[in-house]
Amino acid sequence: MAKILTIKDIEKCVGCGLCMYACARRLPKRPYIGYDHSGILAISLSGFERGATIIVCRACSEPPCSQVCPTDALVPRKGGGVVYREKYCIGCDNCIEACTISAIFKRADGKVALCVHCGYCADFCPHDVLEYKEV
Amino acid sequence: MDDFTVKRILHIDLNEYSYHVEEREMEFGGVALATKLLSENIKGDADPLSEDNVIVFAVGPFTPAYPFASKTVALFKSPLTGNLGESHAGGRSATAIANAGYDAIVIKGKSTKPVYLVIENEKVHFRDARVIWGIEDSLITGRIIAEKEKGRGIRTIMRIGGAGERLVRYAGVMTETYRHFGRTGLGAVFGSKLLKALVVIGRGTKTPKDAKAYREVYKKIFDLATTSDAMKKYYLIGTPVNISPLNEFKALPTRNLEAAYFEKADEISGEKFAEFNLGRRIACNHCPTACIHIAALRIPYEDEPYFRKTIMISYDYELIYALGSMLGIADREALLKLIYRVELYGLDAMSTGVCLAWATEALKRGLISEKESLIKLEFGDAENYIKAIDNLYLQPNEFYQNLAKGVEVAASIYGGREFALAFGGNEMPGYHTGAGGYIGYLIGLRHSHLDNAGYSLDQKLKEDLEPEKLVDKLVEEESWRQILSSLVVCFFARGVYTPEVVVEAFKPLGIEISEDELKEEGKRIYMEKLKLKKKLGFDFSQLRIPERIFEVETFKGKIDREYIEKALNYYKEKYYGAA
Repeated sequence: MAKILTIKDIEKCVGCGLCMYACARRLPKRPYIGYDHSGILAISLSGFERGATIIVCRACSEPPCSQVCPTDALVPRKGGGVVYREKYCIGCDNCIEACTISAIFKRADGKVALCVHCGYCADFCPHDVLEYKEV
Repeated sequence: MDDFTVKRILHIDLNEYSYHVEEREMEFGGVALATKLLSENIKGDADPLSEDNVIVFAVGPFTPAYPFASKTVALFKSPLTGNLGESHAGGRSATAIANAGYDAIVIKGKSTKPVYLVIENEKVHFRDARVIWGIEDSLITGRIIAEKEKGRGIRTIMRIGGAGERLVRYAGVMTETYRHFGRTGLGAVFGSKLLKALVVIGRGTKTPKDAKAYREVYKKIFDLATTSDAMKKYYLIGTPVNISPLNEFKALPTRNLEAAYFEKADEISGEKFAEFNLGRRIACNHCPTACIHIAALRIPYEDEPYFRKTIMISYDYELIYALGSMLGIADREALLKLIYRVELYGLDAMSTGVCLAWATEALKRGLISEKESLIKLEFGDAENYIKAIDNLYLQPNEFYQNLAKGVEVAASIYGGREFALAFGGNEMPGYHTGAGGYIGYLIGLRHSHLDNAGYSLDQKLKEDLEPEKLVDKLVEEESWRQILSSLVVCFFARGVYTPEVVVEAFKPLGIEISEDELKEEGKRIYMEKLKLKKKLGFDFSQLRIPERIFEVETFKGKIDREYIEKALNYYKEKYYGAA
């Protein structure tokens, strides 16, 4: 069964950002330090004491991002969301424009960062906000 | 891979509204780097509130590679103590600076009109702050800038409230609402430079030398933090868990240290706050612990039934001591309102509490009259303390202008130095544990208490050490903490970052260093910092011990004056003299 990343309880978010760092670190051979390669973003509602919003791909079954990708760098993934074939990405930003919830981020090298539903971040969420579950 | 020994330093000149980037080789960041940068950029006799003062912010090589390396170190000349000022804050400050691509930021000069700065990777924007200058509420200032600037989720917004603008010598800089460069007056330095805020935004990236080892060490630190007991004290009840034991221990300064036992301490204990007031917990960026305990205070409207507002107020041990027991306040809601007031103006809570406690006793003893205090200050009367805090900001008469300069200055004018509880010009933290604690305040290189193990040694040691041995132990521990603060690891995580773990964490970043070398480096940084402190005007012979501390029993009885003198003499010869 395919799995996707979901938000289990947003009210538990403490704003630590560990998910963001985990996302950047997810590739065993190419872990990055910092936010630039992160496809998930935790923001506060004018201070985390007022609550949080986590901006991340919600695994659409008809992903608009993939529909506008001219090079098939983003192709629909089984279970929802997309597979990101980075080498085909020309950095046109069509996907960034197309994503209704602004969950695709521009990287410094011109390509994009987005959630590919690998679930690595959920292992580092200390407060059970994120869940990696079967669909 | 990136070279983690190359430090990028952003220099900003407010005189000319210009900036440039410098690179230099160095393994450590934080305190080690900031000591070097401040030393190179400031004159020893600089007036702390003039354009000659220099502010250095520095982060470390583990930011943001590993959890807990989330403190920004600020060094500057303190307008409160007149020598080295130091304050550390978390929030998103450190990770934002590192993600923007910098290890340190140096700010010098003085703007001719109010400005705020926005650092966005390679660019620095000088923004007109005339419209927001004069907003006394640091929370509102934060919200305005948050709406106007980009970078939600990845930025830090450091700002001052009214206390900083009006140069209260113990005004702080607030960041992400609940974290503070609280101590020694960085807020007044911002104010004197007409600098309202500093925003840093970045989405930077680095790659480690050894990918596999990096992920493994990261996981090890994460597991230590989340599954061992190392962080327990901070993630359960939080720092206020200390209120009850320290009170039982007769170590909780009460009513300006007329006593060290507060008969109503149970009402303001960490347990009570957790049970009745805790509304949420939040974390600094890249910290799994989330030690920031926030109370939700429901306040009815003054004149409308069935209307309430809910304000969120962060509380910690030091705030409960300084604005609670020290002022004889046992009502939790009243105490939260005092904390909120202090937060709003951007004052340092400890200095504020100690100043008001001294003023209360001075009034009681007739050293000042209500002509000076304007209010009948009385221990336990929170309503009046709120008005007094307003007055520290408004400074409506000469008395409050003087009190805004710290308790040392106020007591030297009005008398009552024997119960003016400052050490080295800085108001005391909440530990009347014994000689070790006080020696720590006197010889500590950093602000007051977090840098020294004195109060914990007082509690742990069954037998008294020889004064010389105690001093050596304090300096040894403090030297190690120079390493932690050169890595900008939160001191609360010192149980996780043992020397062994530090060595291991360095390796994947391409830096080989042994445990012995680390310890040696700690000693070296300690001495460098002491030199800088002397250069900026620290004079050991000017240290003063308020008589009060000898009058109030600790759990071991009264503090021995001779013991403290022996310890100080030894320190003077062995360490102070050598720097």
